[in-house]
Amino acid sequence: MAVLKVTFTKTTRGKLALVLWVLNWISVLTGIILFSLGLFLKVEIQKRKELMSADVHSVPNMLIATGLVACVINFLGGKICYDCVDTTKFLRWKLLMLPYIVCTFLFTFCILVGALMCYSMRNELEESLFLGLRNAMLYYKDTGTPGRCYLKRTVDLLQIQFQCCGNAGFRDWFHVQWINNRWLDMTNSEVTDRLRSNVEGKYLMDGVPFSCCNTFSPRPCIQTQVTNNSAHYNYDWKTEERNLWTRGCRQVLLDHYTNIMQSIGFIVLIIWLFELWVLTGVRYLQTAMENLLRQGDPDLESDGWLLENSIAQTARSNFKIIKNLGKCYQVDDDPNIDVPSTAQQEVSTCQIPVAR
Amino acid sequence: MVLLKLQFPLQRRVRLAQGLWLLSWLAVLAGAFTFSLGVYLKTELLRRAEVMDNTEIHVVPNILMLVGLVTMGINLFAGRVCQDSLDSARFPPWKPFLLPWYGLAWMVCVWLLSAVVLSYALQGHLEESLKVGLRNGIRFYRDTDVPGRCFQKETIDRLQMELRCCGNTNYRDWFEVQWISNRYLDFTSKEVKDRVRSNVDGRYLMDGVPFSCCNPGSPRPCLQNHLTDNTAHYNYEHQSEELNLYNRGCRQALVDYYMGLMNTIGPGILSVISVQISVLVSLRYLHTSLEGVDPENPEADSEGYILAKGVKETLMDVKTTVFKLLQFGQVEAGDEAEAGADGEKAATSS
Repeated sequence: MAVLKVTFTKTTRGKLALVLWVLNWISVLTGIILFSLGLFLKVEIQKRKELMSADVHSVPNMLIATGLVACVINFLGGKICYDCVDTTKFLRWKLLMLPYIVCTFLFTFCILVGALMCYSMRNELEESLFLGLRNAMLYYKDTGTPGRCYLKRTVDLLQIQFQCCGNAGFRDWFHVQWINNRWLDMTNSEVTDRLRSNVEGKYLMDGVPFSCCNTFSPRPCIQTQVTNNSAHYNYDWKTEERNLWTRGCRQVLLDHYTNIMQSIGFIVLIIWLFELWVLTGVRYLQTAMENLLRQGDPDLESDGWLLENSIAQTARSNFKIIKNLGKCYQVDDDPNIDVPSTAQQEVSTCQIPVAR
Repeated sequence: MVLLKLQFPLQRRVRLAQGLWLLSWLAVLAGAFTFSLGVYLKTELLRRAEVMDNTEIHVVPNILMLVGLVTMGINLFAGRVCQDSLDSARFPPWKPFLLPWYGLAWMVCVWLLSAVVLSYALQGHLEESLKVGLRNGIRFYRDTDVPGRCFQKETIDRLQMELRCCGNTNYRDWFEVQWISNRYLDFTSKEVKDRVRSNVDGRYLMDGVPFSCCNPGSPRPCLQNHLTDNTAHYNYEHQSEELNLYNRGCRQALVDYYMGLMNTIGPGILSVISVQISVLVSLRYLHTSLEGVDPENPEADSEGYILAKGVKETLMDVKTTVFKLLQFGQVEAGDEAEAGADGEKAATSS
C-alpha cells in the first residue's frame, strides 16, 4: 500500500523534471541567502564581541554551513533533474538517487533545526550579555591596561548609540568605581572619606558617565550627585525622567538581537517549506523513474510515491534491516537449535535483504 | 571645409545605429543616476537644514535633479530615432526635431558642468550659511521652553555627537554664550549672582561645555566644567589636554562632510557628461550620413560629418540667420510705419 501514490505519464514526468530543475536552481539562490544571513548574524555578533562574555556562534555557524550544503546539494539536484527528462541519461544517476534523497532530507531537517535555534538563542545571549556588560562596566576605568583600554570607548559609544545606561539601569554605575585612581586626588579628604566608606576601598559615587545623558532632556545633563536633590536647583531625581537614559543596555541589546533573529528565523522557515516542496517533488520523480526502468518501456505511464509501503511497514522493514546488520556476525546461542557446520551457517544467515 | 568627415559604408552605418541604440540606453541610466545623486544630495542637505541659514547651496541638487530628468527624456528620444534610422520610410519624420535636440543635448552638458563648478564655487556661501546657522543654534540652545526653538538643544547635541565636533569654530564658542536656561539657575546663590553681574549683558557665562562635546575616546572621564582652571581638576593641564573634548568646530566638520560628498559626486557627473557627448556626436554622424545617402541607391557609401562648414563659418552663418530674423522684424515695422504715415498723409490731404 503505497503512501500518496500518483500516476505519471511521459509528458507529466518530463514537466515534473523541468519544474524541479528550475526549483533546484531557485534553491541554490535560497542557499546563498541562507549563507549570507548566517554571515550577517556572525558579523553583528562580532561587532559587539567585547560586550559578550562567551561566544554565541552556534547559530550563525549552523546557518553558514547549511547554506553552503544547500548550494552544493541543489546544484547536484538540478543536474540530476535535468537528466531525468531523458531515460538513458537517468541511468547514470540511478545509484546516486537514493543517497541524494536521504542527504536532502537530512539537510532539510538541519534547516528546520537552524530556524528553531534562532528562536532559542535568546537565553544563551541574555546570560552572555549580562556577564559581558558587567565586566565591561568593571573595566571601564582601566584605560591604561592593555587589552582593556578600548572598553571605555566601546561602552560610551554603546550607551550613546542605543540610548541606554548601565546593565539593568543607571544605578549599576553607582556600584562600580568607574573613575581611575590616576584621576583621583588621594590627598583630598573628600576622596579618602569615600574610599574608606566601603569595605573594598573603591571610590563609589552616585554619578554616571556622560554617555548616559539623555539628548531629549530640556535641561543640561546632571551626571554627578544624581540622587541628591539639594545639589541641583529645581531638581527632583524621583520625578526626573528625561535627564538620563532609563533603559538598561542589556535589555536594549537583547531586543536588538532578538529582532534580528526573529526575522532571520522567519525567512529560514520559509526556505525550509520551500525545500520540503522540492524534496517531495524529487522523491516522486525518483520513484517514477525507477518504476519506469522496472517496466522497461519509456513511453508508458509509471507510478510515483513517497513510500512504497505504509509508514508502519516501512519502519518495521528498516528496523529489521538494522537488526540484521548486527546479526550477520552473531552466532545463535539457543541450545534447542541444531547448529550445523560454520561454513553452511555463514551462507544462510548472511543474506541481507536489499533495500528499495 | 567640412569638420571631421568620415566615410560610412552601409555596414558601418548599421553598426553605428546599433551602437548608438545601446549608448542611448546607457545614457538613460546615466540620467537616472544623475537624478538619484541630486535626490541624495538634497536629502543630506535637508537633514542639517536647521543649522543652515539660507538655502543657496540647494541650487546644486536642484540642477542635478532637473537635468537628470531631461537627460533621460532626450536619450529615450535618441534611442527611438536610431531605431527608426535605418528604415528610409520612418526616418524623415524625425529630421526636423534633430536640430533642437542637438541644442538641448548641448545645454544638458553645459548645465551638468555648471553644477560641478557651482558645487565648488558655493563652498564659501555654504560656510557662511553654516556660521550663521550654528551661531543661532548655540545661542538658542537653552530655549527649550520657547516654541519654535525647543528642539535646538537636541539638534545641536546630536550634531556634535554624530559629527564629533564642538561649537562653531571650536569649544570656546560655548564660553561666550549662556547655554543654561535661567529656569535651572538658583538666583539666591551668591556664586550665580556674582557670575551674572560680572558681565555687561547680565548673562551666566562659564568656562564649561555641554556633555555632547565629550570625546568617548578620552582615557579619562569627561571634564565639562572649569575647563580653563587647572586647579579645579586633579592632574589636569588644559593647554595640553587634547582628548577630553572634540577639537574640531562643527562648521568645519560640516563643510568637510559636504565637500567630501561633492568630491565623490563630481567624477560621476563628469562621466555622465562624457556619455551624453558621445551620444550627441554619434547621433550627429548618423544623421548626416543618412542625409548623404542617395535615395535611388540606399546601400551605397555616404559621408558623415559634424559640421558642414568649419566652426568659424558655421558661427558666421548662425549670426547672419539671427540678424536676418531680427532685421526682418525691423523691416516689417518700418513698412508699417511708412504705411501708417502714408495713410495719415492721405487722410490729411483728403
